[in-house]
Amino acid sequence: MIPPAFEYACPSSVDEAVRMLADAGEDAKVLAGGQSLLPLMRLRLAFPELVVDVNRIPELRGVREDGDALVIGAMTTHHDVIADPLVRRHAGLLAATTSTVADPAVRHRGTLGGSLAHADPAGDLPAVVLVMDGELVAQGPRGRRTIPAREFFVDYLQSALAPDELLVEVRIPKAEGWGFRYEKFHRVAQAWPIVGVAALVRRDDGHIAEARVGLTNMGTTPLRAPAAEEALSGAGDPDAVAQAAQEAAQGTRPSQDTSASPEYRAHLARVLTKRAVLAAAGMG
Amino acid sequence: MIETVAREVGRARPRKEDAHLITGQTNWTDNISVNGLLHLAILRSPMAHARIDRVDVSAALERPGVIAAFSGRDVAEAMGSLPCAWPVAEDTVVPDHPPIAVDEVRYAGDPVAVVVARDRYTAADALEAVEVDYTPLPAALDIESALAEGTALVHSDKGTNRCYDYHSASGDYEAAKARADVVLTRRYHQQRLIPTAMEPRSVVVTPRAASGDFTLYSSTQIPHVLRVLLAVTTGIPENKIRVVAPDVGGGFGSKLQVYGEEVITLVLAKRLGRPLKWTESRSEANVATHHGRSQVQDIEVAARRDGTLLGLKVSLLADMGAYLMLLTPGIPILGASMYPAIYKMGAYEFSCTGVFTNRTPIDAYRGAGRPEATFAIERIMDDLAAELGMDPVDLRRHNWIRHEEFPYTTIAGLTYDSGNYEAATDKALALFDYDKLRAEQADRVDHADTVRLGIGVSTYTEMCGLAPSRWLGEMRYAAGGWEAASIRVLPTGKVEVVTGTSPHGQGHVTSWSQIAADALGVPFEDVEVMHGDTMLAPHGMDTYGSRSLVIGGVAVHEAARKVVDKARKVAAHLLEANEADLDFADGAFSVKGSPEARKTIQEVAFATFASHDLPDGMEPSINAEHVLDPDTFSFPHGTHLCAVEVDTETGAAHIRSYVCVDDVGKVINPMIVEGQLHGGIAQGIAQALYEEAVYDEEGNLVTGTLADYLVPGAPDLPEFVSDRTETPATSNPLGVKGVGEAGTIASTPAVVNAVVDALRPFGVQDIRMPCTPERVWQALRSGQSGQSGKEASA
Amino acid sequence: MTHISVKVDGTTYEDEVEPRLLLIHYLRDRLGLTGTPIGCDTSNCGACTVELDGTAVKSCTVLAVQADGSEVTTVQGLAHDGELTALQRAFHERHALQCGYCTPGMIMAARDLLREHPHPTPDEVRHGLEGNLCRCTGYQNIVRAVLDVSEEEEVTA
Repeated sequence: MIPPAFEYACPSSVDEAVRMLADAGEDAKVLAGGQSLLPLMRLRLAFPELVVDVNRIPELRGVREDGDALVIGAMTTHHDVIADPLVRRHAGLLAATTSTVADPAVRHRGTLGGSLAHADPAGDLPAVVLVMDGELVAQGPRGRRTIPAREFFVDYLQSALAPDELLVEVRIPKAEGWGFRYEKFHRVAQAWPIVGVAALVRRDDGHIAEARVGLTNMGTTPLRAPAAEEALSGAGDPDAVAQAAQEAAQGTRPSQDTSASPEYRAHLARVLTKRAVLAAAGMG
Repeated sequence: MIETVAREVGRARPRKEDAHLITGQTNWTDNISVNGLLHLAILRSPMAHARIDRVDVSAALERPGVIAAFSGRDVAEAMGSLPCAWPVAEDTVVPDHPPIAVDEVRYAGDPVAVVVARDRYTAADALEAVEVDYTPLPAALDIESALAEGTALVHSDKGTNRCYDYHSASGDYEAAKARADVVLTRRYHQQRLIPTAMEPRSVVVTPRAASGDFTLYSSTQIPHVLRVLLAVTTGIPENKIRVVAPDVGGGFGSKLQVYGEEVITLVLAKRLGRPLKWTESRSEANVATHHGRSQVQDIEVAARRDGTLLGLKVSLLADMGAYLMLLTPGIPILGASMYPAIYKMGAYEFSCTGVFTNRTPIDAYRGAGRPEATFAIERIMDDLAAELGMDPVDLRRHNWIRHEEFPYTTIAGLTYDSGNYEAATDKALALFDYDKLRAEQADRVDHADTVRLGIGVSTYTEMCGLAPSRWLGEMRYAAGGWEAASIRVLPTGKVEVVTGTSPHGQGHVTSWSQIAADALGVPFEDVEVMHGDTMLAPHGMDTYGSRSLVIGGVAVHEAARKVVDKARKVAAHLLEANEADLDFADGAFSVKGSPEARKTIQEVAFATFASHDLPDGMEPSINAEHVLDPDTFSFPHGTHLCAVEVDTETGAAHIRSYVCVDDVGKVINPMIVEGQLHGGIAQGIAQALYEEAVYDEEGNLVTGTLADYLVPGAPDLPEFVSDRTETPATSNPLGVKGVGEAGTIASTPAVVNAVVDALRPFGVQDIRMPCTPERVWQALRSGQSGQSGKEASA
Repeated sequence: MTHISVKVDGTTYEDEVEPRLLLIHYLRDRLGLTGTPIGCDTSNCGACTVELDGTAVKSCTVLAVQADGSEVTTVQGLAHDGELTALQRAFHERHALQCGYCTPGMIMAARDLLREHPHPTPDEVRHGLEGNLCRCTGYQNIVRAVLDVSEEEEVTA
């Protein structure tokens, strides 16, 4: 199918992009990797009047260290995230999860920032950034602000970004000494996950000292599983992990669609949490 | 008598077709461009059933670059009603089917209006300016309730959603049942599938106004049948229509059709006097290209305690969708003779009721009726084995036709000419390491492993080579089942084979070259094969139903035989010998006893071209045509074995190993045969595990794109271990049986049998297709049959 | 209309295009480079895969304006003077295509895969091609063809 007509702008700096967004108001869309937006436009499910293409803004790409955090430019492609040595060293969960996103050609175009700003609860990366306690840096006409991941994902396909704000970078605290795993459950390799579970585990003396569990596609936003996280604390063997994982779906309201019912999603969240945590804890 | 040295037949020749396909020098219909080409776009109904109150195209017409726009009413008279060639019963209800809806839309996707514009972008935009007022009508969306009192009628003028009832019986089933120790009754569901050829459909029509003739390019499997029916439907004389099937990117039955878009594009090109192109998008294809399967199968088997089958009773509810397309009513009937499969029994009853629903029409999809039949019989054989506590292979062995019993006439009335089920099965069991896997399966049960192993068996046969014209006539099919081939030996000795088959991936150019090269004794490289154009290859019945090799390929062989017979007369004359004294081998005639006296077929061709010295009264040509109408079907068979690991925690089924041993008779090109099986098996697995056309409660297709309709990718499919046995068909001189649909027919029950086998210890008797993780999980939870009807998700 | 300059298969083209024009339609309808086909609306099938500045992308999900200043390689730019690439040869010899509609995209995706993983395992090949759907082959011969090329000493895919 064919996208509807739009005005096109291709700013070369963040400031310029933000100005364009501010001028255009609600009718503008930021074009990042385009791997979600362009299909939506082709299906005529999105009709932006102005498309602001931020692909030619060099400052939005790349990974750097900033003290205890990694700073990843919003327009860093999935491919580059996977390959980046800093990401692999300090944010292994992000690298591993990103390698499960879509397919190699899509990963050449699609970007970390684009995936997060799209705020699709079925996307793999929002739950990962949530579980890593990431922060999202947005720039608008009034300057920059930093939004914690837990406040960024507001609702289905809705982020905390204002229409005139551009996501410029993602800050991820280095996760030294944490085991990690992303368990993705999908019906065919290129399908969206029915449920995904991201686990980060810190062990101490053979026990789980701290576990963080993030849930993909268990509601209208990516979620943490606080009850499971609490129950996992101190778990010392697979049985205890399995027991704690039973809490994974507590408080969630997963959706009903062609690929799964809410009750099946809740079940999967429990099973995948057990598996992800066991693997992350090296108990699997 | 031809003596051919089998130099080419049986060789794994890489294909002649590939050169242009791997370099992008393709000629897909959408690639075609001519000066002044206009683009047609179609507005489709967003509702399953509604009255059309108003269609206003005036705003679309005002847009720059828009040449024309029409409602259904504007063009109804010129377009006629789309044809159904197979009204299986005398009283089949055949509704009117306008290519563009006039008064009512009857499925989401039914065309409502068209626009013609200078390019595809302008045409797409103009669709949004067409105004349509609908009054929604209640819809019939489910096969099982379509005939119930009070259900909305798809065609209210017909007074019923019943399209036809079809019955056949042989032997006394009730008596057989009365004698049986065990009677097993099952209901299986064949989900609705979307064929999904990778090339979306496209039509280009170039009119020549002065002479009133038209060339229609279409991504079709059936250029010849299409030409006839376009003429009948539009009233344009047949000899004014040339149909070309250029490169066609897969069909699987979905392009065995006379589509409304073909009629629309032709009629509007005529009306506007301009060349026109229509190309569907994938999301358009998912609603507008016909769907497949969609049946509810009630099957009952009567057997003795020792496993001996006594009788079989089958009752189908078959979804027609909203309209009858070319073969819609006949698809389930094509399976009618296949339920008894390879088994001996004394009684068989078959009935089928066709029902209309407000959904995309159903028609042929790879196997067309036979996969459904094979699924049901092979599923219930596994269930019966479980019921009797027998090994499923032993149960089959106990009942199948033994190799020494061929030819064998089945209870369904088909005479199988040859086969060796024992040989194929034994080979498959050895390759699969059946006993070892059974031991592992038991071990996992003993250890209460969360990942269980299931083993599925499918011993299938199919009727290939559609079809003897007389049989088709008896079945009320409107056309014949012959195929034509002609061979020209050019003055320079090169050979042109003109075939009536219309390949779209099957490799006919290569295989037909191999057949002709051997029969004529000429080099493989010297043979060109022409097809898919009613001007170049005017005589044909096209490609579907695994018919091409068995009829069209054999016709090539027979045409070559005629060429040699004619050439023999010329050679005898030139060599001053009696025809009877000539040998023909390696492309040359020689006089028995004096091998130095010889004429090659190329020399004979040139002598015939020069024509200076031919036998008296002989016409100066050794070219020949052969039109072959088969006497009977062919019956490939095979044994497919599948091992599935089922994760009982998530419900996910993963194919661990897949072995197939197929007997497709003599093999022309083993590489092509293997490729056909691979692709067929993949599609069968897709039905078993992944694919389903899902509609919501309003009758909208939910699986409208490839993001929702889950076609398996490379990581989702296993490595197949394939081997063959070779029992030649006795019904044709090449001994071939056909292979296009075998894999699809065989694999679906093998996979589902494996999934169910893994779950039997949990009391599970069936999983509805596709066997999604959730369905497996639900079945495990309830610990009973997944066929009880309760569906967690639609 | 936006002015673009794109080098496709070695030739530089300058054009005025609508911003919404998809790269695949630019290649097919404007340049007449119809060797790359379109199979879907949602970037799932991969039939339209081309190389943009040396990496595989789905040209139905890139705007032509985004290719301004870039180099595009399509399946039509692979063979030189009739000399097929190793992958093209392997696809032919291994019967890795039937209808051939997915083949251009499949070959471009396989090139990308071999650049990143010159010696992949069969499983890596399958995952590397997960964004390219084939309805004819069941993938087995495609996997074989890619593995054949990966086993050749120098990868000149």
